[in-house]
Amino acid sequence: MPSETEHRFVGPRRGQLVFALAFVVLALLLLSQITDQTRWVEKTKFVAQPRFWPAVALGGMILMGGLHLYLLPWRRVSRQDMGEVRNWGRVLEYALWFMGYVLAVPVLGYLPVTLAFVPALSWRMGYRGRLMMGLSLGFALLTVVLFKGLLGVKIPGGAIYEYLPGALRSFFILNF
Amino acid sequence: MDLLLSALDILMRWDVALALLAGSIGGVLIGAIPGVGPAVAIAILLPATFSMDPIVGLTVLLGIYGSSMYGGAIPAILINTPGTAVNALTTYDGYPMTARGEPQRALSLAYSASFFGGVFSVICLILFAPLLAKVAPLFGSREIFLAALLGLLLVVVAHRGQALIAGALAAFGIFIQTIGLEPIKYSQRYTFDQDFLGSGINLIVVVLGLFALSQAFVLLMDEDEKVHITKLRGGMFQGLRELARHPRIATVSASFGVLMGMIPGVGEFTAQFMSYTYAQKTSKRPQDFGNGSSEGLIAAETANNAVPAAAMVPLLALGIPGEALTAMMLSVFYVHNVVPGPALFQNKMDFVVALYLSLLILNVLVLLFLLVATKSLIQVVKIPNRFLGVCILTLSFVGVYSLRNSATDCVMAAAFGMLGYILKRLKLPAVPIILGMVLGGIMEVKLRAAMARVKQPFDFIDRPVAFILFLIIVLVLVAHAIRVLKDRKERKEAEWQTKTSSTGFGGLMLRRKDSFLKDRGKRVRARHSKLLRRLMDLF
Repeated sequence: MPSETEHRFVGPRRGQLVFALAFVVLALLLLSQITDQTRWVEKTKFVAQPRFWPAVALGGMILMGGLHLYLLPWRRVSRQDMGEVRNWGRVLEYALWFMGYVLAVPVLGYLPVTLAFVPALSWRMGYRGRLMMGLSLGFALLTVVLFKGLLGVKIPGGAIYEYLPGALRSFFILNF
Repeated sequence: MDLLLSALDILMRWDVALALLAGSIGGVLIGAIPGVGPAVAIAILLPATFSMDPIVGLTVLLGIYGSSMYGGAIPAILINTPGTAVNALTTYDGYPMTARGEPQRALSLAYSASFFGGVFSVICLILFAPLLAKVAPLFGSREIFLAALLGLLLVVVAHRGQALIAGALAAFGIFIQTIGLEPIKYSQRYTFDQDFLGSGINLIVVVLGLFALSQAFVLLMDEDEKVHITKLRGGMFQGLRELARHPRIATVSASFGVLMGMIPGVGEFTAQFMSYTYAQKTSKRPQDFGNGSSEGLIAAETANNAVPAAAMVPLLALGIPGEALTAMMLSVFYVHNVVPGPALFQNKMDFVVALYLSLLILNVLVLLFLLVATKSLIQVVKIPNRFLGVCILTLSFVGVYSLRNSATDCVMAAAFGMLGYILKRLKLPAVPIILGMVLGGIMEVKLRAAMARVKQPFDFIDRPVAFILFLIIVLVLVAHAIRVLKDRKERKEAEWQTKTSSTGFGGLMLRRKDSFLKDRGKRVRARHSKLLRRLMDLF
């Protein structure tokens, strides 16, 4: 039966201990590097030292994160905690999809990559019907036209556009 | 009057009109889709607004901020799922109304209440602006430092039961902001000799990661849900008539919204909670609250829509954002070299009033749009979760990559996206990180400037405003400590109640008698007292 402290804890149990532990360890590691990574300047007031604010921030992280860890109602990493860590790991797949998209755009161009990326990821998510594939393509086209064509956000043209003939080349670099 | 005319002059442009229209309709749509809040939309659109005029860019963002809560009421009422986080209280009374066959009445009442809240707050603030213009110049470096500290403190203590980790995350935000080249002594801080860290970690990269990418990850990992929507019948104007029957609740709730919105870190949730409690306590039918009470719906919706205009006050008057959305808007000001703060109120009052007027027009536009288009709009609720995740991931790319065309920024955004995902899974707040970043930067600059003129520590609070702010900080800390002690006492009492054995002194002594009488108990106590003596000798 969960204790009163566990019962009153805000949020789920799984993963809390691992997160709090990792947070404090990271803060301690960063604090151990403070003399290497920041400077102490002579004839300068204490609060104006370049080291002052990183020290305040890391001190706060360790003090409050440590107290949070100490007050957690659990002391052992359970099987649920490890299951939760594996769940965090599964997100890496989508982060890699995102990075693949980022790296492909400067080479293959914003429009072609988006037209391929959105339906491909939708396919991966289990949408196979014509309607959803059509919607994916429509969304991809609309995004490129709206942001690059109309709002003119800064996304460079793909290296592949260099192979297009004269006027079409500059049109594609500017708009897609 | 001249001020109003010059403010109107700023707004009389086709691009501002277009921004108003796009912001209002876009905001309603974004609010109506559960899973995409205004924070996600503003984070994605932020870099796109950098190329616009400040008034145009801010109007789009304000439009999304102000109108998303209107849209958020739609799924809250129809499918019991709040469109934006602040519409959670709307589900209490909105959904029971739908369940008993009155969805149209609930929607129309929610729109009318939101409209009243929005318009009331803007009018209050336009009337209040001259006073603010007089108060704002009283804020020097030390006052702004103390106000920023107070804002950060309020954000942290607002997370009841999670204040420690919220504080630790705020400190993490302050740390992220210190990474890079320190601008006064030109020394590198925590760059680990990496060039990409030299210019620091961009706020927008962190915002996009923590809000947009993390939400995309949550949706992609989620399951799609089947949504059934009740058909709407009847007119949409009945809510306005019903609202007119509860002027007291509407006015008090809107006032709570304005007051709470102005205090950094407090915002919609506290305003809603206070106005809902007030409405319930003063109602003739308190038993209806939570079961489809029109007064409860009015209290919740009026209060949350009165907040956006008020939340702009600390941002515009002092340059201190009170929550994540205004923190994002601050970067639009910085990009255009318009520094919000006391000087803005003194020199560009027409700009401030123009912003408020645009919010006023926005509320009218949104109400008209919703009264006409609700029946077709509710279809957006049906968009499947995981497809929405794909869309947000695609749009996040525009936000991050268009900033500096840097793949490193994207890697960092993805890393912050994963951190945001973990925080969401653990139900921990991400907002303190953002506010730590923004307010940490402000605090560093202002403290350095303030300390240059301070000889004794007491000089820091020798001005009236600084002293009042200092007192409020002390009060907040004391109130928080009292609350923590009270919670602890309650927990202990609950623990004792679940115990079967007596908690009285006599009972305790009886259970410990073995330890007192037996040899082993004596040995243990002797060992403990010896250790204690040794420890005392050390000092």
